[in-house]
Amino acid sequence: MDQTVEKKEVQFSEGAMAEIRRYISHYPEGRQKSAILPILHIAQAEFGGWVSPEVMDKVAEILNILPIEVYEVATFYTMFNLKPVGKHVLEVCRTGPCMLRGSDQLIEHLENRLGCKVGETSADGNFTLKTVECLASCGTGPMLQVREKFYENLDPASADQMLEELKALTVRKPWEENY
Amino acid sequence: MGRKLLTEHINVEGIQSFDVYRKHGGYASVEKALKTMTPEEVVEEVKASGLRGRGGAGFPTGMKWSFLAKPEGKPRYLVCNADESEPGTFKDRYLMEKLPHLLIEGMITSSYALGCRTSYIYIRGELLYVLRILEKAIAEAYANGFLGENILGSGYSLDLHVHPGGGAYICGEETALLESLEGKRGNPRNKPPFPAVWGLYGCPTVVNNVESIATVPWIVTNTGAEYAKFGVGRSAGTKLISAGGNINKPGVYEIELGVPVEEFIYSDEYCGGIWKGRDMKAVIAGGSSVPILPKELILKTAAGEDRLMTYESLSDGGFATGTMLGSGGFFVMDDHTCIVRHTWTLARFYHHESCGQCSPCREGTGWMEKVLHRIEYGHGHMHDIDLLVSVAKQIEGNTICPLGDAAAWPVAAAVRHFREEFEWHVKHPQAATAPGAVFNKAESVLA
Repeated sequence: MDQTVEKKEVQFSEGAMAEIRRYISHYPEGRQKSAILPILHIAQAEFGGWVSPEVMDKVAEILNILPIEVYEVATFYTMFNLKPVGKHVLEVCRTGPCMLRGSDQLIEHLENRLGCKVGETSADGNFTLKTVECLASCGTGPMLQVREKFYENLDPASADQMLEELKALTVRKPWEENY
Repeated sequence: MGRKLLTEHINVEGIQSFDVYRKHGGYASVEKALKTMTPEEVVEEVKASGLRGRGGAGFPTGMKWSFLAKPEGKPRYLVCNADESEPGTFKDRYLMEKLPHLLIEGMITSSYALGCRTSYIYIRGELLYVLRILEKAIAEAYANGFLGENILGSGYSLDLHVHPGGGAYICGEETALLESLEGKRGNPRNKPPFPAVWGLYGCPTVVNNVESIATVPWIVTNTGAEYAKFGVGRSAGTKLISAGGNINKPGVYEIELGVPVEEFIYSDEYCGGIWKGRDMKAVIAGGSSVPILPKELILKTAAGEDRLMTYESLSDGGFATGTMLGSGGFFVMDDHTCIVRHTWTLARFYHHESCGQCSPCREGTGWMEKVLHRIEYGHGHMHDIDLLVSVAKQIEGNTICPLGDAAAWPVAAAVRHFREEFEWHVKHPQAATAPGAVFNKAESVLA
């Protein structure tokens, strides 16, 4: 009798698979493992902003490598969320040059507005607040990143406006139309 | 107004597109190199230019190229290091976003010089939007016959791909970058062998910074001898400086090496002076890893000479009274800046970014962060200050890669030049932790 626990089948969309195949073609034959990071980015965009163990197993299957080879990479690089996140992840830069231009105040403002602390998700599920290290935006701090977009030179008013816009935003994937 | 070699056309409308870029002289170096020069001649021009690696280390680019091993039957790779993550540095992002074709042109000409058939641009994962700009530009270059098979009928073929990282400062170290490009954790390799012999997939590899590669087209088009006429002595040419912190005009400035630091900070052509009418307290001149200098020492050397924006002048006096040009991440602190808090954010950064391979760095960066945190939050002891120096000393030189040094130097330098401020935090914990409180030398004498 089959004793295995039923696993949720992970399926990439056709658009995502086309991107995955394109990346794999960039590396020499037998070096397809090089495509792990690009594929993890695609996976995170595809599956709600985080990568689950099941998704990592699927990536390993696609690349024909061991699951541990994907786990060790996904846990090393800080961009990959290993737990479920809100609709938008706010990644606020907190390093020295941004601190000089007010990142401490920005973080405090966002915590108050969202009613949650850094590392938590707002009660309405719209925002996860994260701090990150330098995003190469030191001349335009304080700033934060949401997916591929930088929001720069933020003050309380422009941060509030950004939150409103994001709430109303339909999240699209890079390979979809109107991205 | 200084001469712009890289950014002359950066504000031209539509310069991101192939056609406009080409109209402004773009891809001339590819035509010249592939049609009229041997690969060795291109290497010689870059050597003659005196160009030094613009990522931070300042190693001569032409010399690095000449170390590349050329064994029979093995491919060679050029990998562009676009993992710009050094706090205070944002020039490569600016260059790639505004002038994607300049980097691509540089990659083609450089790959030809090195004999590469496939090359990669490794860009930090946070810059996926720039990756898309580059990919679009690469597609245009293919469509116009500047990439792919038999470029311009020369018989030379090249494929160029962009590869995103995943958020790890350490991947800016070239061997960690190669590990990452192979799909592994970004742990730096022990050297030797150097990448020139054993690089990507075990093949000879050159890793160069974005700005270095973007400088190659000008050098090849106009000759290395012409390039060497700019700048001062061994600091040849121009350099992109990322100006940030408490200044009126933050941004990226292309300067001819040799501009006086004082002019760079105060003139309207560059930083435009200190914001909010305040006074300057300190500067970190070359990215967060280089020693911080107080106002007196950044404007003048210990010998009283004007400090210039060159590799040599900024390092005049060694670490006792000097610093480094590094990556050109230049950020200025006004007199309202708490040096202890700022240093703590940098220590936290290095602790966060240590790959964990070497004990002195993995453990030492954590200790420095904790000790600085306790001083900043009013729980420090006098002996903590020397403890910081001691930990920094024991990291320095004891790790596989330079991240250890990069973590140790800013802490050691902050204590070296601002010890009184650390002592004030320990002696007056209540005053030091009050909101907005900042150490003031003149007042502390009264206290």
